[in-house]
Amino acid sequence: MNLLHVLGIFYRNVILIRRSVPKLFALFGFITVELFLWGFITLWVQTIGPNDARLDFILLILSAFIFWSMFELSQRSFSVSFLEEVWSRNVINIFASPIKLGELVMGFALVGVVQTLLAFVYITPIAFLLYTLNIWDMGLYIIPFFMNVLISGWGIGVVAIGLVVRFGPSADILAFFIPFLLLPFSAVYYPVSVFPSVLQDITFILPTRHIFEGMRTAITEGLIPYDSIIWATTLNIVFVVLGFLFLHWMLRLARNRGYLSRLVQD
Amino acid sequence: MSTIVSVSNLTKQYGSLTAVDHVSFEIREGEIVSLLGPNGAGKTTIIQMLLTLVSPSSGDIQIFGKALKEHREELLSMMNFTAPYSVLPYNLTTREALKVYSLLYGIRNYRERVSFLIDEFDLGWLANKKVGQLSSGEQMRIGIAKAFVNSPGLLLLDEPTASLDPAIARELRAKILKLVRKAGGAILWTSHNMREIEQVSDRIIFLSRGKIVADDSPDNLKNYFGEEDLEEIFISINREPLSKSS
Repeated sequence: MNLLHVLGIFYRNVILIRRSVPKLFALFGFITVELFLWGFITLWVQTIGPNDARLDFILLILSAFIFWSMFELSQRSFSVSFLEEVWSRNVINIFASPIKLGELVMGFALVGVVQTLLAFVYITPIAFLLYTLNIWDMGLYIIPFFMNVLISGWGIGVVAIGLVVRFGPSADILAFFIPFLLLPFSAVYYPVSVFPSVLQDITFILPTRHIFEGMRTAITEGLIPYDSIIWATTLNIVFVVLGFLFLHWMLRLARNRGYLSRLVQD
Repeated sequence: MSTIVSVSNLTKQYGSLTAVDHVSFEIREGEIVSLLGPNGAGKTTIIQMLLTLVSPSSGDIQIFGKALKEHREELLSMMNFTAPYSVLPYNLTTREALKVYSLLYGIRNYRERVSFLIDEFDLGWLANKKVGQLSSGEQMRIGIAKAFVNSPGLLLLDEPTASLDPAIARELRAKILKLVRKAGGAILWTSHNMREIEQVSDRIIFLSRGKIVADDSPDNLKNYFGEEDLEEIFISINREPLSKSS
């Protein structure tokens, strides 16, 4: 692993984000607007919901919203780091340089970590000021959950890049669509028990389901959700490894069929 | 002189189309070899196979005595390229783009290297301008500077002066030759500018429909084909592929 290669990818993206108002808005603006939306919904649900001391709607819904946003951001910043090279027709220069695939992925992951941490540090005090949400009320469990949403984002991000390599720049929409596809099946805002039993079995393989189910258990039961943390972590590792192998396979296919040149032509 | 590139029986097929057909050639240290041929002759495909952007269907590529397939990263760190279809990031300044590529090529003293390239290629007035705001000729100039971030032992130039005016093209050609000779490297050059090719090449490889149809020095080729200039040879080969390999 050559850290200069990783630094090159990281440096390129830092400049890009720092300089671009639309990118800064994508980082901080969307989440702020959505916080208002989910905050108002939560306040309303609290007035009509059951008077159950265990049900802290603010903590339940808004912490789920924040963590889902972190997952989306981790995935989006990872995928967009690659898409940016495609959109700027620079991708050939990257693949013709001595950077290894692992270093490229590491660079994108680092960009994702920094962006996600920045957004987290930004949004949690605002959520506290507006809705008295103290995300640390969940305890230190938020650390493994946070790590897991980051890794889930990388897993999806790697697959999204593989799809763009295979199907060309017009497949970039998939990078934004995949998290949206996962949202209803990840039990972010409701428990897994609302799913039909078949769906409960199928969604078991989603790391995000275990993250959000575990967070809910911690909030409503006050229990340490070891099972959820272990399942989420294990599945995340499996998904990231499979995602990396998928990207490796797509790149080999692209080199065999000449698709890499198409990335700067479409 | 040691062999820098050794290509043997290189073939690339896309389904029923044979883009490159059993091509073999060598490039020696200090040599400037040009690939010439009509559109679709296989020049860019060969360059892209040397850059590992395209995998060969069969054949072997050795660079600096090592198999490209097995030593990809090591060999790419000793090579570089520029091509009009691959521009540098439009949203970075010239200085930033050169810094990014210095890092990607593992250059530890990247600050000094970037300053050197900015001076060497007279990019001072473009250093803090975004690449996307520059003309295509200026972008090409920066692309050529980028090709020298790692002082490459092998330089692949795919139509490097395509967007440049004649005066700047001449100046950059001289700079490219100076830097490559200083490093004791070699160049594989493609262009449709026959005068340029004649001026810079030690050897010319003519390609037609993926095959090598001639491989010799510019003077020997002119004698063999009985033509006064390369353009006439190009046209005759394009019309009716002949075969002449030294």
